[in-house]
Amino acid sequence: MTDQAQILPGTLDILILKAVSLGPLHGYGVLLRIGQISGQALLIEQGALYPALFRLVRQGLLKASWGTSENNRRAKFYELTASGRKRLREQMEGWNRLATAMGSALAAQPEEV
Amino acid sequence: MKLLAYFRSIGEKFFLRSQLSAEMDEELRSHIALRAEDLERSGLEREEAQRRARIEFGGQEKVKEECHQALGGNLIETAIQDVRLTLRMLRKSPGFALAAILTLALAIGANTVVFSIMNAFIIRPLNVPHAESLYGLWRLEDDMSESYPDYVDLRDRNHSFEALIAYNVNEVALDTGNNPSRSWIEEASGNFFDGLNVQPYLGRFFHASDEHGPNSAPYIVLTYKYWHTHFHDDRGVIGQNVAVNKHPYTVIGVAPPGFHGTLLFFHPDFFVPIVNHDIDGGTQLNDRRSHWVFITMGHLKAGVTTGQAVADLNSIGQDLLRKYPKDEGKMTFKLVRPSMYGDYIGGPVREFLTGLMLLASLILLAACANLGSLFAARAADRSREVALRLALGSSRKRILRGLFTEAVLISLAGGAVGLGGSIFLLRQLSEWQPFPRFPGYMAVTPDSNVYLLALLLALASGFLFGAVPVRQVLQTNPYEVVKTGSSGRIGRRITARDVLLVVQIALCAVLVTSSLVAVRGLAHCLRSNFGFDLNTMLAETDPPMAGYSGDRVPALQKRMIDALKAIPGVESVGLADQLPLSEGSIYSNVFADTTSDLRPSKAAMNPVIFKVSPEYFQAAGTSLLSGRSFSSHDDKDSSRVAVVNGQFARRMFGSIQNGLGSYFKMPDGTRTQVVGIAEDGKYDRLGESPRPAMYLPILQSPSSSSWMVLRSRRDSQELGGAIRSALREVDAALPVYITTRYRALDTVLFGPRMATLALGILGGLGAILAVVGIFGMAAYSVSKRLRELGIRVALGGQRKEVLQAALGRAFKLLAYGSAAGLVLGILASRVLAFIVAQATPRDPLVLAGVVFAMALLGLLATWIPARRALSVDPLRLLRED
Repeated sequence: MTDQAQILPGTLDILILKAVSLGPLHGYGVLLRIGQISGQALLIEQGALYPALFRLVRQGLLKASWGTSENNRRAKFYELTASGRKRLREQMEGWNRLATAMGSALAAQPEEV
Repeated sequence: MKLLAYFRSIGEKFFLRSQLSAEMDEELRSHIALRAEDLERSGLEREEAQRRARIEFGGQEKVKEECHQALGGNLIETAIQDVRLTLRMLRKSPGFALAAILTLALAIGANTVVFSIMNAFIIRPLNVPHAESLYGLWRLEDDMSESYPDYVDLRDRNHSFEALIAYNVNEVALDTGNNPSRSWIEEASGNFFDGLNVQPYLGRFFHASDEHGPNSAPYIVLTYKYWHTHFHDDRGVIGQNVAVNKHPYTVIGVAPPGFHGTLLFFHPDFFVPIVNHDIDGGTQLNDRRSHWVFITMGHLKAGVTTGQAVADLNSIGQDLLRKYPKDEGKMTFKLVRPSMYGDYIGGPVREFLTGLMLLASLILLAACANLGSLFAARAADRSREVALRLALGSSRKRILRGLFTEAVLISLAGGAVGLGGSIFLLRQLSEWQPFPRFPGYMAVTPDSNVYLLALLLALASGFLFGAVPVRQVLQTNPYEVVKTGSSGRIGRRITARDVLLVVQIALCAVLVTSSLVAVRGLAHCLRSNFGFDLNTMLAETDPPMAGYSGDRVPALQKRMIDALKAIPGVESVGLADQLPLSEGSIYSNVFADTTSDLRPSKAAMNPVIFKVSPEYFQAAGTSLLSGRSFSSHDDKDSSRVAVVNGQFARRMFGSIQNGLGSYFKMPDGTRTQVVGIAEDGKYDRLGESPRPAMYLPILQSPSSSSWMVLRSRRDSQELGGAIRSALREVDAALPVYITTRYRALDTVLFGPRMATLALGILGGLGAILAVVGIFGMAAYSVSKRLRELGIRVALGGQRKEVLQAALGRAFKLLAYGSAAGLVLGILASRVLAFIVAQATPRDPLVLAGVVFAMALLGLLATWIPARRALSVDPLRLLRED
């Protein structure tokens, strides 16, 4: 577990949105997808996932419906709504800006100051 | 979209609770199953995989709880929980809940009733469009009345009003074919309805274009209520011919339901054009001297200030004075609100209601103080529970929220009960017709203003008294309380609660003082000398209602007097055109005999004028100080004579002796000789200072208005019947109104009675609250000091000392509060004197009464605590704890 990065506060939502934006997923699928797309670097605590999913549904960013999983188990599937897609785009831009800024700040050399 | 999702989420949470929970369970189960399958695939045993999956997932219930919270609406949910908890707690102590709710209901009810009346009297404008720009004309030298020609000049020459309208209140006989009945009407100018911008409910209104001189517009517009009650909503009534005072009229329209003219609380039966005023038989339409037009008013034009309008009117007045020096006095105007009978009663009513509102809000404050103490005591009793909850990890915020929920719930319940009670009371009030002869209703219907106020008051007082125990809870130290039990610290210094209690007692004393002053004033009034006897019967007829006019009137009056005199048991019968202290008086200018300048501005005085039959003085019980009464020889052919009252004689001639036999002049220049001096009396109001009055023989100054005064020892009920049948034999078409002299005082007594009643009720409320407050304080202090008292008793303390220790403080507070209240009450009584004549607090009986009442209240409130303090059993007390 120690080699996995701690999730920064506030990043769980964007990760979930991103994971779901690649195709409808059930809760466990969201976990797997986040692990997969982060190269297993980011791992989410299983219990923390569901409150976040419920909150995103309440905020109208996700839409839930019951369906059948790949191995024939009944599961609740989440997909992105239009406003969820919009929110994801905004957050990605914000995140990229922050990452760029952090990158250049941390790369600063003494002579540049 | 987002909002929709939010509401759906909350909706599911509150309404599909069990389904939601089942779905959550299923979702989590499927998650764990999926995980277990993955683990199984990676080589674990099935059982082990399932176990690992469950462990990895952690506490399912905790996750569910968090999901539940993520659904939103948490505030609502905790509020619901708080309310549930509070209701459970209150159900456990119903006595406390009931007492608190009732206290608040009384206080909030009192406020809503007073505010509703104030709302209806003062705040809410008339029920016509743009009532806020409506102003009435008030002549500074006089009152609101105008003569018709003056009104017409003002109407046609002013540049300030959209339309200057005028109306007069009158009583006529309406005959729809079978039986003539008395009706109250408004005689309205042709532009009345158009000027007010009111539309007819049925048919049409009359307009300015219908007026073509005296008696040119025999039209009737019914009010909706009269149409409903007397014509049973018959739409065929339009065009129907009726008789008003025996003159043919046509019904042309019905006014809309909410419209009953522009006088608050007066509900006329119908409207007729003012140009037809001559059917009244008395005054002439075009007489410039006779000011019978009751109220003149209009909408100010947009952009015109009241100052400009007054200047405009004053310049017209100056011009009229120049043109008609014989008829006009000085004419300067002010603008007033027209609905409260102008400022006739507006001023004192406003003052009194404002005072009442103030008292009512003080009562609410006192109630809040009481409830605050109650809540503080309750919080103290619950300190163990609070401490336990704190120790178990509840936040202080949550506990305080619970306390406030309790306070607000109680205050809302109290507010609802109070509002309900006041609506019930006001409904009774609206149906009540305080003056039997006059269609006046106190139609006070609570509107949204009132509901809003009740809600605000309830919430505000809830937070106010809910805030009292806050500090107590914040300072609770759970360890100390759980360890030692609630400690009984006795505060020796002056606390806020003491101050509140003193204020409350003072308030109660103010109210008790005021109501005693009012009651005494009223009683005093009724015992004072009115200048006439109260034990007489009255019968009123209006001869024009049966078509009498001119010379036929005196003949009819003589026949009526003779008919009444013939009734067995009637000792004497007098007739007058108006009676003192009944429905407003008629005045006339008089001039010194030496003056030849008869302009109104040169008048010596303006006495009340009565036109009476010879036997009037004897029948009414007005005694003559000197000289003679009238006789049947004082008629048109003999020289003019008058009886004046003492005040008239003193002011005009210097003394009563000088007055007898002297002369003065009437406005038309007639020399009149004083042949008798009558005692002074009350004419307009009970509280008036002595004013001049004169009596003229009705044979010399005819009037069709006929009030007959009967002196008899017979029972008033059966005498009434005899009077009715005697007058029916004179003329069956003559509507008669019969009452006793005492009942006829109702009109002038209305204000003082209402004031006394209102103060009495508020005084009672204040007393209840004060008793509860003192009781609470005394009981609390006795129970907190029971041990100390026990020790005192054990050491041989006397009863007196024990009582002093237990209740000394309560009595001290009572004394301070009462003294302060008494002083304030005496100051407040000056305001009261405006309404209740002769209300003076400088009355030993009042002072003694207040002291006695307060002592009684104190005794009542401390009785039970005192008994408890005296029955302290030291042995048992010391054994406990």
